Amino acid sequence: MSHAPLPAGRLDTDVAIIGAGVVGCAIARELSRYELRLTLLEAGPDVGAGTSKANTALLHTGFDAKPGTLEARLVKRGYQLLSEYARRVGIPVEVTGALLVAWDEQQRKRFPSILGQARANGHHGLRELAPDELYRREPQLGAGAVGALEVTEEGIVCPFTTPLAFATEAVLAGCDLRRSAPVRALERLDGGGFALTLPGGRLTAGCVVNAAGLHADEVDRMLGHQGFTVTPRRGELIVFDKLARPLVNQILLAVPTELTKGVLIAPTVFGNVMLGPTAEDVERKDDTSSTAAGFAYLREQGERIVPALLEQEVTAVYVGLRAATEHVDYQVSVHADEGYACVGGIRSTGLSASMAIAEHVREQLGDAGLTLEPRAADLPELRMPNIGEAFPRPYVEPERIARDRDYGRVVCFCERVTRGEIRDAFGSPIPPVDLDGLRRRTRAHMGRCQGFFCGAELAAWLAGRGAGS
Amino acid sequence: MVAVVGAGPAGLAAAIELRRRGVAEVLVLEREAEPGGIPRHAQHQGFGLRDLRRAMSGPSYARRLAELARRAGAEIRTETMVTGWSPVGPLELTSPRGRETLSPAAVVLATGCRERPRAARLVPGSRPAGVMTTGMLQQLVYLRRQPVGERALVVGAEHVSFSALLTLAHGGARCVGMTSELERHQSLAAFRLGAAIRFRAPLWTRTAVTAIRGHPRVEEVELTAVGSGRTRTVACDTVVFSADWIPDNELAAMAQLDLDPLTRGPAVDAALRTSRAGVFAAGNVLHGAETADVAALSGRHAAAGVAAFLAAGGAAAAGVAAGDPAAGGPAAAGGPATDRVPIRCEHPLGWIAPNVVAAGAGAPARGHFALRSRELLPRPALEIAQGGRPLWRGRVRRLMPGRSTRVPHEWAAAVDPDAGPVAVRLRG
Repeated sequence: MSHAPLPAGRLDTDVAIIGAGVVGCAIARELSRYELRLTLLEAGPDVGAGTSKANTALLHTGFDAKPGTLEARLVKRGYQLLSEYARRVGIPVEVTGALLVAWDEQQRKRFPSILGQARANGHHGLRELAPDELYRREPQLGAGAVGALEVTEEGIVCPFTTPLAFATEAVLAGCDLRRSAPVRALERLDGGGFALTLPGGRLTAGCVVNAAGLHADEVDRMLGHQGFTVTPRRGELIVFDKLARPLVNQILLAVPTELTKGVLIAPTVFGNVMLGPTAEDVERKDDTSSTAAGFAYLREQGERIVPALLEQEVTAVYVGLRAATEHVDYQVSVHADEGYACVGGIRSTGLSASMAIAEHVREQLGDAGLTLEPRAADLPELRMPNIGEAFPRPYVEPERIARDRDYGRVVCFCERVTRGEIRDAFGSPIPPVDLDGLRRRTRAHMGRCQGFFCGAELAAWLAGRGAGS
Repeated sequence: MVAVVGAGPAGLAAAIELRRRGVAEVLVLEREAEPGGIPRHAQHQGFGLRDLRRAMSGPSYARRLAELARRAGAEIRTETMVTGWSPVGPLELTSPRGRETLSPAAVVLATGCRERPRAARLVPGSRPAGVMTTGMLQQLVYLRRQPVGERALVVGAEHVSFSALLTLAHGGARCVGMTSELERHQSLAAFRLGAAIRFRAPLWTRTAVTAIRGHPRVEEVELTAVGSGRTRTVACDTVVFSADWIPDNELAAMAQLDLDPLTRGPAVDAALRTSRAGVFAAGNVLHGAETADVAALSGRHAAAGVAAFLAAGGAAAAGVAAGDPAAGGPAAAGGPATDRVPIRCEHPLGWIAPNVVAAGAGAPARGHFALRSRELLPRPALEIAQGGRPLWRGRVRRLMPGRSTRVPHEWAAAVDPDAGPVAVRLRG
């Protein structure tokens, strides 16, 4: 089963992880707890800047996963791990609960099978609500709902802080993070290990973990495997103004069909309300364009679910590509003989399952012979800057402002981001390289004005000419 | 003490007038590092005509107003943001001094407005760099000296769109064109002529921007002809979304002031009184943008209302504690809240301001109501009515989106406080 132990020092790194999305970052963090030399490679400009940044940001319990699948097991386990981790390191998370709303009798007739599926997945807390209770809970719900299933443990989590926290922890433990480092070629070395061709040269590694998301099938093929094909599934999302937040108390899910989980409305950890996603298979893996048809479809769906939402201002539009494959389940395989792990086909549940996927991959790599010796010294406790609405942020913390006045200087008015936080982001272990990166770390430029007030100042910061940078 | 939120033209003019009328303590709260508001970064000429009776550039005007306010004895606190205000609580402030709360005898909201950005207009396509509002463009060029690209498309053809044109030229970018979904521009003929001659910028009317493409920066924009639906693409690296103003109404919403559904700003009567006793609103927080001098005159007018409110004994005389949610907007003469009669525009009219009739409010700022339309209408016949009862009928010269038309105010005296909302509509 196990590949031959590799001579120390012969290779540049023990494990090369391809892809710094939420899954790759989680794996890097997991492995960073062991005596290993790690390299985390990201083709894009930043961690969590691909599929991981544009999703519904739900913390799924996995109640509706297909029983018996790896996905069902890992989402359930991942929910527990991420819930605990998020609270520990300061990733914004809120357990809002979800309501799966039936809009006709046919949909309501599916409740028993959904309940059965949930029980098979080990979720026993679901409860059916009659219309009167449903409308008491969600007074702004559109007319015509005939009932709902309540899933109290479903939640929302910050899709930006999560991969960043994982990657930060890994980097602080010594992991070599390389951004804008696409893997152009990947080949096996005689005598074990791999050679990766990167823009800056060659990297040799004992093990390779393929967490390349949309491109996982291409990386897989570089090694001659033909496990699966990724078909990007485009999801467009509309984010409404924070003034809309009182309209929705919980996550409002649709009753899933054979084809799709449907359009949902959910609060975000930033205090907005999100409507989406669409689900459309597209050809190109970089086609994150929004469409007039997508907007029209979402508005039509949203109009029925929470009509008052559509009267609110739109703050932002996000488009993500899910890494769908021809298979129902995640495509996780460890090729023990060669020291290669492929973690593909991680669809929309990847954020929730990320830590469990990482744990699973670590176990599998260990079984395959990777030496996993826990690190001698524990790493210092990580604490991420809070960017969530449910927890105090610097602008409301008098002690913090007293210690450092820059936490009292609000730069981004819409999102109340202070100069101190922007400065901290640039000084962090994984500093932003562009406006999107700054936005994901601080919320600056994420709000309703989209830069009318602070855009120029942020541009100056990024150009290195900001007054304080 | 009276707190003025926002040190733009409306807020500064209010502060100056409050001091002139003898209010002892006037505190202007400004979240930016410098007072002056939007004119700080609008370099072109023509500011100050109506309020200061002289023409000056935006930055000079901003400095002048701030200087006048300080000289009048108002305190301007910059880098101070009002971050919270509940229906019952004090103003919550964040500044480098720390967190503070403030319970003034009266508040003037002068938080201004902003342009709707691309996302709010639901323009599809990719999400490249190089897409901005005029506000951001002006700050990039004039305050931060940052590059703005080489070929820019300006979306919109209102006053501010022509200001964007000047700013682009100053920043070294060429304007490849301006678009408007309407059949003509909505600014002054001289501006349009100037744009055509000086910048050779074509104006594409009845044209919508239907997609933006490019990565990582804008490469092209898809334009669609309104009506025919014909599309074409224009190569550019910058897109400026101008006009399409929305009041910065967050504080008003937090305080649960009544908002006018059409302006999206706080609903006010002719004395600029909001639905909460002792809270006034002035300038462009009331509605889409008027010019800076008009905003200043609005601020001056609000100050008169505040002075009258304080002279009548303020909140105490109105029978309310400032901030009591049960208390509506009584105000100067202490009238009860229930006397506020809303004025509603009917399509295709856009909004009217002020948009409430209340006893004792007097004449509106500058002696007229301001009316906006969603369509271009030459010499339209208007009717203002309450229930079936006409209050005023007449023609106005012209209605045009993006520009206000004067409507007389004398009819307001005949409004019956118990007869429901007043409607403003086209006749015939």
